[in-house]
Amino acid sequence: MNDNLVEINDLSFAYNSRLLHKGINMRFPRGKVVAIMGGSGSGKTTLLRLIGGQLKPTQGEVRVDGHVVHEQSRDEIYRMRRKMGMLFQFGALFTDLSVYDNVAFPMREHTNLPESIIRDLVLLKLNAVGLRGARDLMPAELSGGMARRVALARTVALDPAIIMYDEPFAGLDPISMGVIVNLIRSLNDALGATSIVVTHDVHETFSFVDYVYFVSAGVVVAEGTPEDLRASEMPFVHQFVHGEADGPVPFHYAAPDYRQDMLRGVNV
Amino acid sequence: MFKRLTIGLRLVGHRVIDRIWRFGSATRFFMYTLVLSGESLRRFHLTIREIYFTGVLSLIIILVSALFVGMVLGLQGYNTLQKYGSSEAIGVLVALSLVRELGPVVTALLFAGRAGTAITAEIGLMKATEQLSAMEMMAVNPIARVVAPRFWAGVISMPLLAALFSMVGVFGGFLVAVPLLGIDDGAFWSQMQANVDFREDIVNGVIKSFVFGVTCTIIALFEGYDAPPTAEGVSRATTRTVVNSSLAVLALDFVMTSFMIGV
Repeated sequence: MNDNLVEINDLSFAYNSRLLHKGINMRFPRGKVVAIMGGSGSGKTTLLRLIGGQLKPTQGEVRVDGHVVHEQSRDEIYRMRRKMGMLFQFGALFTDLSVYDNVAFPMREHTNLPESIIRDLVLLKLNAVGLRGARDLMPAELSGGMARRVALARTVALDPAIIMYDEPFAGLDPISMGVIVNLIRSLNDALGATSIVVTHDVHETFSFVDYVYFVSAGVVVAEGTPEDLRASEMPFVHQFVHGEADGPVPFHYAAPDYRQDMLRGVNV
Repeated sequence: MFKRLTIGLRLVGHRVIDRIWRFGSATRFFMYTLVLSGESLRRFHLTIREIYFTGVLSLIIILVSALFVGMVLGLQGYNTLQKYGSSEAIGVLVALSLVRELGPVVTALLFAGRAGTAITAEIGLMKATEQLSAMEMMAVNPIARVVAPRFWAGVISMPLLAALFSMVGVFGGFLVAVPLLGIDDGAFWSQMQANVDFREDIVNGVIKSFVFGVTCTIIALFEGYDAPPTAEGVSRATTRTVVNSSLAVLALDFVMTSFMIGV
């Protein structure tokens, strides 16, 4: 059995004829929590969609459990997705269903379990994220952090082998962020799953992940354990980890010479 | 001059190609919905839930409109018929107008405005908030789970709503003709019974409303599913639903009427 549950090999992906990824290689070992980090618009979420088979690579391949994702038929991709869970950036809870029904949704769709067992499982999952008491609320009645936790309970409803997190800390207060950090690590270890976390929150991510990939300008610019990257002297990594405004990623968007721009092209 | 002409032609060509492309996408979407309808028919409670939202919640606007349309028909019909001394035929005029034309057409237009826009906005927002993507990642096909039940709900609701529209419209015509204008109620009902044919008039009306049901619902669903995932995208899609549904209903009505009359 391959040690890597997910592999990305020499992957390129173009969107609207713009090359977003240029020959990316990544490994996601079984049982580990791996982060993909990078600035906004660097194509991190697109990588999750490529792993989930929602997009097809322009070149290269994504392998999940040894199978090349884009070569699978629609039915095979759907079978593969039953072993996956994905937490979307803002939860993507079904707004017409209650918290309870949202968590029960994947169970009702994919199993023939009787309602009494579904109830026990839903309460088990909601208890794991601390929201058993919120089962009757509607998504509109939840705070951002609570919605994210309900979505997490729904994501792990069928005990997936791969859990993908798309910006799980975006817009959360420090307490909710701490809760989510603990949940990602503990759920991964309890389920024996492999987790892929797409984020740009350095401090939180480095506190619980096993390995980190840094993506910039369509390529992996650095990788390693959080300790390695904290100590890294690479300009991009240093700028990103320490949150510096200017550096290899410039503060200014590409523009003509400032002086010439202000003088409207007149030579003085 | 020549350059302007070229630019103009290119623009027209681009728009024509875009329309054809969208029509092709909508047709493929329709076929895909039909192919994946098995689940919504097997789990019929999903469709029944949508019948409540699209059909039952449209009842008030449909029935109130029908009452007024019937009353106006009664007034206008009486005004014209009495000039020829045949005001007793008011019942036939009201019934035929409603069953053949106004029932299916006005119901479809109201349905597009009330239920069609709601469907487009709901699906568009589900897309914008990644609910459809989440469903796909849970290995649940959104076309089978979200689109198909709404499609069948629209198709089932429309003929029923059109039938209720015609019924309440006839009642509205009766209220104006008999108690208000003094037409004999026996003449009103008997002439209607004698001149309205079940096969030629009622069944043709039901066929029309069925076709309108398919058309309005699939347009609303496609516009929502195809909407750019932004506030502006959803708002434009909702507008397109009303415009395209209304035009499609009126054009199809002409085509079907010409076939039914045998021109």
